[in-house]
Amino acid sequence: MATTKLPSSADALLGAAADAAKPPAGMETVTMPYGVPGYTLHDVQRQVPTTEPPVLPVNADLEYIGKSPKRWDAHAKVSGSGRYTADIQLPGMLYAKFVSSNVPHAKVVSIDTSAAEKVPGVKGVFVIENLLGGARLLNPSLEVSKYPIVRYAGQPIAAVAATQPHIAEEAALLVKVQYDAKPFVVDMEMARQSDAPPVFPGPANQGGSAGGGGGARNVPQTGNIHGPAVHKRGDVEQGFKDADFIVESKYTTQVQVHNALETHGVVADWKPDLLTVWASTQGTASVREELASFFKLPKSQVRVITEFMGGGFGAKFGPGNPGVVAAALSKQTGAPVRLMLDRKEEQLSVGNRPSSDQTLKIGAKKDGTLTAIQLISFGTAGCGTGAGCAGPATNLYQSASLHTEENDVFINAGPAAAFRAPGHPQGAFALEQTIDELAEKLNMQPLEFRDKIDTNPVRRVERQIVRESALWKSRNPVPNADRGPIKRGVGLSQSVWYRHIVMDSAAEVRVHRDGSVEVLSAVQDIGTGIKTVMAQILAEQFGVPPQQVSVKIGDTNYPVGPNSGGSVTTASLTPAVRDAAWQAAQKFLVSVAPALGTTPDDLVLTKGEVHSKSGHMQPISFRRAAAKMDTSEVSAQARRIPDYDPKHYDTYGGVDVAEIEVDTEMGIIHVKQFFAVHDCGRPMNPSQVINQINGGLIQGTSFALYENRLIDPTYGLMVNANLDLYKIAGARDIPKLHVQLVESYIAQSSTDASGIGEAAGIISAAAAIGNAFYNATGVRIRSTPMTPSVVLETLSKAPQRSNA
Amino acid sequence: MSGPKFPPQPNDPSSSTPQSSDPAETSQAKERPAAKGITRRGFLKGAGVAAAGTALLEGAQVFTREAAAATRREHDGVKEFGPGAVPVALQVNGKEYTLQIEPRTTLADALRVHMGLTGTKVVCDRGPCSGCTVLMDDMPVNSCMTLAMDAIGHRVTTIEGLQSEGELHPVQAAFVKHDAMQCGFCTPGMVMTCSALLKKNSHPTEDDVRQATAGNLCRCGTYPRIFAATLEAAGVSGKESIRNA
Repeated sequence: MATTKLPSSADALLGAAADAAKPPAGMETVTMPYGVPGYTLHDVQRQVPTTEPPVLPVNADLEYIGKSPKRWDAHAKVSGSGRYTADIQLPGMLYAKFVSSNVPHAKVVSIDTSAAEKVPGVKGVFVIENLLGGARLLNPSLEVSKYPIVRYAGQPIAAVAATQPHIAEEAALLVKVQYDAKPFVVDMEMARQSDAPPVFPGPANQGGSAGGGGGARNVPQTGNIHGPAVHKRGDVEQGFKDADFIVESKYTTQVQVHNALETHGVVADWKPDLLTVWASTQGTASVREELASFFKLPKSQVRVITEFMGGGFGAKFGPGNPGVVAAALSKQTGAPVRLMLDRKEEQLSVGNRPSSDQTLKIGAKKDGTLTAIQLISFGTAGCGTGAGCAGPATNLYQSASLHTEENDVFINAGPAAAFRAPGHPQGAFALEQTIDELAEKLNMQPLEFRDKIDTNPVRRVERQIVRESALWKSRNPVPNADRGPIKRGVGLSQSVWYRHIVMDSAAEVRVHRDGSVEVLSAVQDIGTGIKTVMAQILAEQFGVPPQQVSVKIGDTNYPVGPNSGGSVTTASLTPAVRDAAWQAAQKFLVSVAPALGTTPDDLVLTKGEVHSKSGHMQPISFRRAAAKMDTSEVSAQARRIPDYDPKHYDTYGGVDVAEIEVDTEMGIIHVKQFFAVHDCGRPMNPSQVINQINGGLIQGTSFALYENRLIDPTYGLMVNANLDLYKIAGARDIPKLHVQLVESYIAQSSTDASGIGEAAGIISAAAAIGNAFYNATGVRIRSTPMTPSVVLETLSKAPQRSNA
Repeated sequence: MSGPKFPPQPNDPSSSTPQSSDPAETSQAKERPAAKGITRRGFLKGAGVAAAGTALLEGAQVFTREAAAATRREHDGVKEFGPGAVPVALQVNGKEYTLQIEPRTTLADALRVHMGLTGTKVVCDRGPCSGCTVLMDDMPVNSCMTLAMDAIGHRVTTIEGLQSEGELHPVQAAFVKHDAMQCGFCTPGMVMTCSALLKKNSHPTEDDVRQATAGNLCRCGTYPRIFAATLEAAGVSGKESIRNA
């Protein structure tokens, strides 16, 4: 097995230790690159199965992996030929429309569908009796009702399927729903009061999805307060006694709605022997699993297809109510049924990022050592759970003690869903500003203080890059230094996410006699570019340009793929793809060896050519050799094997610097630019990685300044359930973005790839803007979105703001 | 939305609306007996007024298909079409299409549902996202807010019609080169908007591109690449302003 040529380093002690142990049967010791090129790169030894492909060298020594060939499906996307779920049209297809509740809390007394059924063109009406999503009562007998209790305005109640979309819409209006209204509460502060109307009459729990989210189970529930979920490390009371400085503050963040451009939806085609579902999903596997379970079908009789997918950001796992209802209507009518949500339904019923109300207290010694971190948080995930936001406080910095209490507060609003780095943008907003505040008390600079309390070697490199950047050097360390009404500020924030691996990650690679190669997996490409990365891996193995590789994904007819959430896809799937490609290549050599007059172990396939080790023949091209295969096709399927060193704990993250201007008279924050330094293991396609980081910074800026779900407390209805009043950063709001990728080799798999979706800037953007705001004005801003009214109120409360 | 309106919360101190314990009493149907008097034409005249928008939904069943036989009549010297399907000839991507569609059909639905041209995406269905942008003559329009009948006599160009002889339009090619996309759902609308900009302004600045795409929403956040691609398609060097994007 080949090893890489790497600058060996004296500090490769890790490797030396592993060297001493003899590998067990079926395993071998290999030397792999580890660390950051230019900073900490060295060799380590790992024991890996002998069936693993040769160790990949660093990106600089590769031809296709680690380069940025064009997006594999770019042509389909720019020409409009890519077929998304919303574009599927089948012969005889019906269009379905939900009947949704327009009250926030009620018992449904009766549902009269007779008028709707009589409308010409209506083929089926389905009344929901088993609602998905949100928390569930532990003791259902507390609430006896034929139909699900309405816990939020916009909750689906029934659906109508008709031959035309507008017929379904009109007929849905004719479904008469009789409600027995209950008192409701849509404001988290009011919901926390002891006399608030209860959203649930007793304890209720919610599970997470494949993308994370969901709240703690087995925690106390008092009124609408579900929690606290308590986590302790060490003794915080002692920690605060040991501290020379303590900072304590309260931070609040709003509810953010995902608003993927393609709404949730499916086209379901129920046939006696097969249910086929086209779904806009982040997990073909999760949709298949849950539909099979819901309808008690064998999984082999459910097929899920997601060829192109218009964004999810964490909210699109499982079939959800649209998937279940469309399948039921298809079964009922005997025709394919399309059920895509409209924008209002999307905003109300399929997920959001919970709000937060955090009280964070941190203590440090004079030398900067953290002695205690204490976070008490409340947040609302509507009628669901999952508002915890202690991730950054728990995982970013080393502290002698830690105490976190996370509480979910139920309100009568749509349940939350995992949203890109669940809990982390909220948690980082409070943590990173508090760390800066503490640094000032300690008379330390932000980078210097973080060097003290964060020992992660990759973040250390990232801070060094920031320290040397022109933007950071341009920062005036004295806050509120500008004398005019428009004040410039520069601030930074770190982010952290975690290495999760999904073992349900498999791929098949086929080699054909005409020299074409293809890769198949059920994995879906949610816009991150996994198709391109899979093509690059085959290109590297077979020496074929990536565009000539056939990538067939998004179909459960292929080997199982991971659900795309929590930055798992690239880290989980790419080793399986490479292993399958390697094994297919070995089978290919077996297949061509007789015709080449030699044995398979005399042959090597490298850079698109087949070589004879013994010099038995001149090298010939892969395509010419393929023509000599003894069967028309060879194939290999591989699944993910565990990380090479599963005991080793890796995080991904970055350090992001924001430059802003605060108009202190108008209350407007202009984000001028970000300088963002990020790591994600081996970047498989740097351009696509940077594209995701751009997107994270933009989504984070949008969260920081604009987005806000607003619910009218009088009627309990969301007042901005659209894209005109729900403000999202647009072209004129986009700062300049300068992203620097840090290659970070971790010696964990045959590709050594990691993910970037969560750590891509959404975690740190609001916190960096907050720290820049302080640098600009000398005042802490502790609430998002930082609208002009919040900015002006913040500035007006500041005691020492006078030098303008 | 149909159905009864929920009464204000009894113990909500901020509530000033009269309360009712009987949901049926406050049902919208009872509040709006006038809904039956609304005509399609009346609605179209008042389109854009929020109250009328609600009234349309309430009155929708009034425009039943029984009335569809009377597809056309003269009134006040104004030609009325519908409510039933009428023949409509549209010129899309250089081809003539004759459709049998109801006059209320939007251009987006005509393209997507009736012609199968699904490259045009509907995202918000009311204007602010511009995901459904197509060109009418050379003007970018939101096809979700344009009636198909208003496109009669205009050259409609969709994303499918932007290529010529199999070659990508320079904006499309630049989007590919700069990877100005992630999920791709905003891409057709963005490409149409940016190609329209270049027809009007062959040497745009980055600010011009930002201004042109201000109404186009991209949730993945590919804007820096979109600016770079459009400037490159125009032959304008964007190196200074879009470095590292």
